[in-house]
Amino acid sequence: MTNLSLFVAIPLGMAFFIPMVSRKIKWFPDIFGNLTTFLLLLLSLKTIGTETTYQMGNWSAPFGIVLVLDGLSCLLLIIINLIGFMATLFSVEYIGKLYTSKLRYYSLFLLMIAGMNGLVLTGDLFNLFVFMEIAAISSYGLVGFGCQAKELEASFKYLVMGSIGSSFVLFAIALIYGRTGTLNMADIARVIHIMPFDNLIYFSFVLLLVGFLIKAAIVPFHSWLPDAHPSAPAPISAMLSGVVIKTLGIYVITRMTYNIFGFNNLISNILIYSGVISMIIGVIMALIQWDFKRLLAYHSISQMGYVIVGLGLGTPLGILGGLFHLFNHSLFKSLLFLDSGSIEYETGTRDLNKMGNLVKKMPVTSFSTLIGSLSISGIPPFNGFWSKLIIILAAVEVGRPIIALWAVIGSILTLSSFSKVQRYAFFGKGEKFEKEKWENYKEVPSLMQVPLLILSILCIVGGFLAVEGTNGIFAPVIKVLTGGVLPYIAKVLRF
Amino acid sequence: MIYYLCFVVFLIGLYGACCKKNIVKIILGLSIMEYSVNLFFILLGYRKEGIAPILDRSMEINDFVTKAVDPIPQALVLTSIVIGLGVLSLMVAIAIRLYERYRTFDITEMKKLKG
Repeated sequence: MTNLSLFVAIPLGMAFFIPMVSRKIKWFPDIFGNLTTFLLLLLSLKTIGTETTYQMGNWSAPFGIVLVLDGLSCLLLIIINLIGFMATLFSVEYIGKLYTSKLRYYSLFLLMIAGMNGLVLTGDLFNLFVFMEIAAISSYGLVGFGCQAKELEASFKYLVMGSIGSSFVLFAIALIYGRTGTLNMADIARVIHIMPFDNLIYFSFVLLLVGFLIKAAIVPFHSWLPDAHPSAPAPISAMLSGVVIKTLGIYVITRMTYNIFGFNNLISNILIYSGVISMIIGVIMALIQWDFKRLLAYHSISQMGYVIVGLGLGTPLGILGGLFHLFNHSLFKSLLFLDSGSIEYETGTRDLNKMGNLVKKMPVTSFSTLIGSLSISGIPPFNGFWSKLIIILAAVEVGRPIIALWAVIGSILTLSSFSKVQRYAFFGKGEKFEKEKWENYKEVPSLMQVPLLILSILCIVGGFLAVEGTNGIFAPVIKVLTGGVLPYIAKVLRF
Repeated sequence: MIYYLCFVVFLIGLYGACCKKNIVKIILGLSIMEYSVNLFFILLGYRKEGIAPILDRSMEINDFVTKAVDPIPQALVLTSIVIGLGVLSLMVAIAIRLYERYRTFDITEMKKLKG
């Protein structure tokens, strides 16, 4: 039985311990940063299949803060800690070469992981806000880490939009507290379903939804993402795009709609329409990009649209499709961002026009980018295919085939966009290709290749997680979400 | 009535954050938004002729519960003020460095990232 507070305590402690010690000891941040994330990964794998609660300070449920671990939290813990470990492995060489201060980087990174771990585990609404702010403030700092003009501009834009979103959320929390008198999420669910749904509850739900849709970068709240994700260092882009928009955005929306406010037709329609618009607009804007990381950032918006559509459909198959696509997307999108990082490490550029013929000089990077591109486009037998197929089948099953049609169109445009990447960067030549520099390129150091290879293998194998049967990780998640409000209340308030 | 006024201050802050071109005014708008939410929180816990929520030895506990203002919003607002302080310091630090890079505080001049 894992002590749930360890997930927050370990990275938080190390985040403050690393700067204290590493002014004298130079190798400390690298080794201990990686050890911390590896330990968190092992702890999160140990929690598969269990459902526990933990009362902070031994104050029981409606009076104190409770940490709740159920299937949905378990899935997100695995995603956060796995991608965190891959990103810290990658950062050892990458931050050393391209940026200056390793101890500040690891400190902010571990703070971000502590915030996200706490967010998926908490059962208290204000505690959720506090952890969301911890993760968000660390990510604002990390986006502007190399203090050049473009990065600072992107960080400021992200900061302003994120703070507006957080203020909306805080206002909504104030309204909910004023109406229900409690902050524990299960207790709020219990009280809301006793009293009639009046305008105040609708208003606070709308404020919450808008605040978290800003964090999840769904159209029309997405405009910070194409600036923030390219400007961040590559492992931070992998974390931001692969984990942060999922925990700060999608997880909280799921928890709000399924377990607290109750799922109904209106919420379903809101999520489906915003998801479809995100899918299409994201991928159309991605077609015209020549900056590799900006292209990947627009594809993140599009794939988040798929996840929101899957969750908005509401049926068990739809939820499975949406959450499986969440898991797969974190794998292949972080793989693609780490690839762009290794290209930037070697060639010093992100412009697709300036790259060319990289398959001869950087075989491991080319192989993993190929796998990532095939996965995101939905080619069988990689993992993207299975999750997109489940979403399309779920849409047809509910009786809304137009959604399935838009999903297929989005997938085709994704494939065309990544064919462009492959043609200009790896198998062909860009317009401004420089041959003298190309002669000197070699493959990235082997410590950076390890996360690329591990993520590629997981992309290949991940498809079989769904085919094998959805036991273990996905079945508990679906049970939590389709159970709805009442089992959640029973589980948390039992103590 | 006063709760509507809190929301009006929130909207004033939102107007400042969305429609002003100077970075310092945007930062001020965001701060106004955060202050208005804190004010709303505190006003939620108010009780007419209430006493401070500190329990004396001489007080009867039922008496205390019916008379004291709500202490939970006070705790929440303390946390929220500190979070707002953290964000504000980060914003001002970024604004100073932006001035060093772009030589202006006008956000319409900072257009290096587009498309």
